[in-house]
Amino acid sequence: MEKSIEVHNLTVSYHSKPVLWDVDFELPKGKIIGIVGPNGSGKTTMLKTVMGLMKPDSGYTEIFGQPLDKVRERVSYVPQRESVDWDFPADVMDVVLMGRYRKNNLFKRITKEDRRIATEALEKVNLLEFADRQISQLSGGQQQRVFIARSLAQQADIYLMDEPFVGVDAATEDAILKLLRDMKNEGKTVVIVHHDLQTANEYFDWIVLLNTRLVAAGPKEQVFTKELLQEAYGGRLTVLSKLGDLISDTEFPLREPDFKEDQPQG
Amino acid sequence: MFDPVFIKVLLGTLLLASSSAVVGAFSFLKGESLVGDAIAHALLPGVVLAFILGDGRHPGYLIIGALIAGLIAHYGIAFIEQRTKLKSDTAVSLVLSTFFGFGILLMSYVQRTGQGQQAGLERFLLGKAAAITMVDLYVFTGLALLLLLGAALFYKGFQLMTFNEDFAAAIGLPTGTIRFAFTVLTVLAVTVGIQTVGVVLMAALLITPSAAARSWTSSLPRMLLLAALFASAAALGGTFISAALPKMPTGPWIVLVLGFFGFSSLILAPEKGWLARRRRATSNRNKTQRENLLKLLYGAEERAGEPVAMTAEAMVDAREQHYEGLTKTLRNLKKEFLVVERPDGFALTDLGRIEGRRVVRLHRLWELYLTERLGMAADHIHPQAETMEHVITPEIEALIVKELGNPEVDPHQSPIPYEED
Repeated sequence: MEKSIEVHNLTVSYHSKPVLWDVDFELPKGKIIGIVGPNGSGKTTMLKTVMGLMKPDSGYTEIFGQPLDKVRERVSYVPQRESVDWDFPADVMDVVLMGRYRKNNLFKRITKEDRRIATEALEKVNLLEFADRQISQLSGGQQQRVFIARSLAQQADIYLMDEPFVGVDAATEDAILKLLRDMKNEGKTVVIVHHDLQTANEYFDWIVLLNTRLVAAGPKEQVFTKELLQEAYGGRLTVLSKLGDLISDTEFPLREPDFKEDQPQG
Repeated sequence: MFDPVFIKVLLGTLLLASSSAVVGAFSFLKGESLVGDAIAHALLPGVVLAFILGDGRHPGYLIIGALIAGLIAHYGIAFIEQRTKLKSDTAVSLVLSTFFGFGILLMSYVQRTGQGQQAGLERFLLGKAAAITMVDLYVFTGLALLLLLGAALFYKGFQLMTFNEDFAAAIGLPTGTIRFAFTVLTVLAVTVGIQTVGVVLMAALLITPSAAARSWTSSLPRMLLLAALFASAAALGGTFISAALPKMPTGPWIVLVLGFFGFSSLILAPEKGWLARRRRATSNRNKTQRENLLKLLYGAEERAGEPVAMTAEAMVDAREQHYEGLTKTLRNLKKEFLVVERPDGFALTDLGRIEGRRVVRLHRLWELYLTERLGMAADHIHPQAETMEHVITPEIEALIVKELGNPEVDPHQSPIPYEED
């Protein structure tokens, strides 16, 4: 199996309370992969840690066998739609063009090529006629498609999306789904944080079941079983949540300071 | 009036106001309006210490002192936010009040030694534009250019950091550097600003121009330009007023004129402004009244099976509406050829009948939609339909008709009147 993302013994905490405990899995390339679990199970934390937005207490992640910094231009990220203020003064094109921003063109003007790529991305999500529309005037589904267009404009090989199906109408859902399948056919990898069990089986080829710990990861036929789903959605393990509270209360460090991870030098 | 002092003050305030407006715009958009205020207050100890340790008359010392104090305050706020459970506004207030208190303490110490008065340290509290010297003016010009240049250079970075910081970090932008650049620019803007308007009023110079500009445009470049224009106009106005009236301070006048721009923008702005919303409310009310009358007449015709007329009195009884409002609405309907006045009262024209039929149709369609799609009981649906009949657009009507499969009757078995093509 060619690997897209590897997660090794990952423990991450939020306000010094562990929300992911020693999670360890590998994901294949060229598939649509769902990170699935109940509310508060650490799905978004997982994605943010892979994107380097949260620091793990222990463990590490790699993309295409390398640390994130070496492959950043091949990785695209779609944050939750609600995480930004849509009243910001910008039109649709402005936001999609942000997908063209890079460390090495931060001080440069936007080029014609950038505009061409952004236009193409808007076309793919059927929003070309909205290019000049103020983002504050968009519906929830349109906002989501703007975010996806921005990530398409990054022209990456792997796409990490946080709850792209939340609060969108049925037409947008179909459009996004079709787009994801096209991307997969082009050999791209798509990883999606998703909380809805009803649709997970239909959307994804591969599923990671999370509930603060890893319940299962694998092809959906193997993971989407009654026992495993029950384990993921049947509440958190009492010992883990009690221990988490204790660590948070006592601010106990999760690794002794001189503990060495067996992390390869990258 | 056009003596050298006046020109000097005018140029100084113009440069300062427009450049701090551009920098402040990003704090405003990020919802961190208070941070600028906190940094302004926090500069005081830096400025006074620079005065004690260095040469108080030289702007260079003041800028360095201010820069150091401002950066300590900024990173202090960030540190408290990250490492404690305090909310962000608490962290901001904590730093603001502590630094400001320390600054006041230092000031009274300097004042007691007697050097304070001659340097006019108190000008940092409330500002003293008239004290701008030639050297200050050169420094202001340099700093204002630096601020505008910095904002232009970092435009993409500031824009993305303000809109979506996580994304900026995810694509590998140097977020720490961008934030540092922004803090330095803010501190520089404040350093210049406090000489004119003082620590206490500085926040107005950073935030108010943007608050005013945002009401008029939804494009970031245009908003920045407009904020700079508002700030310049306020600097101009404030300087003129204080020069024309005896013993009037410049800084507070600039801030007052800015406040005037801010509040008038809130009232006058298109769409979101108070006036526009009032107009919209009136127009909605008028639309409702007109459509209700047409519906009333259409209903009477439907029951009679032939065109009928109704007197205004009969309409008042049926709609429980004020007579005055009703006659005004009728007058308008007559003007638009939707009703005609006959000896026995008012009757629908062909045009009016189409309108009336449309309102009745929407009412019944919505009642049916509520029972079919939302599972509501037939005795609960009337009040909502009374509102929705005025709201539903032709596009939504088409969607409803399609979803319900061209229904013939509503839940009360009344026919749904379609237009015959």
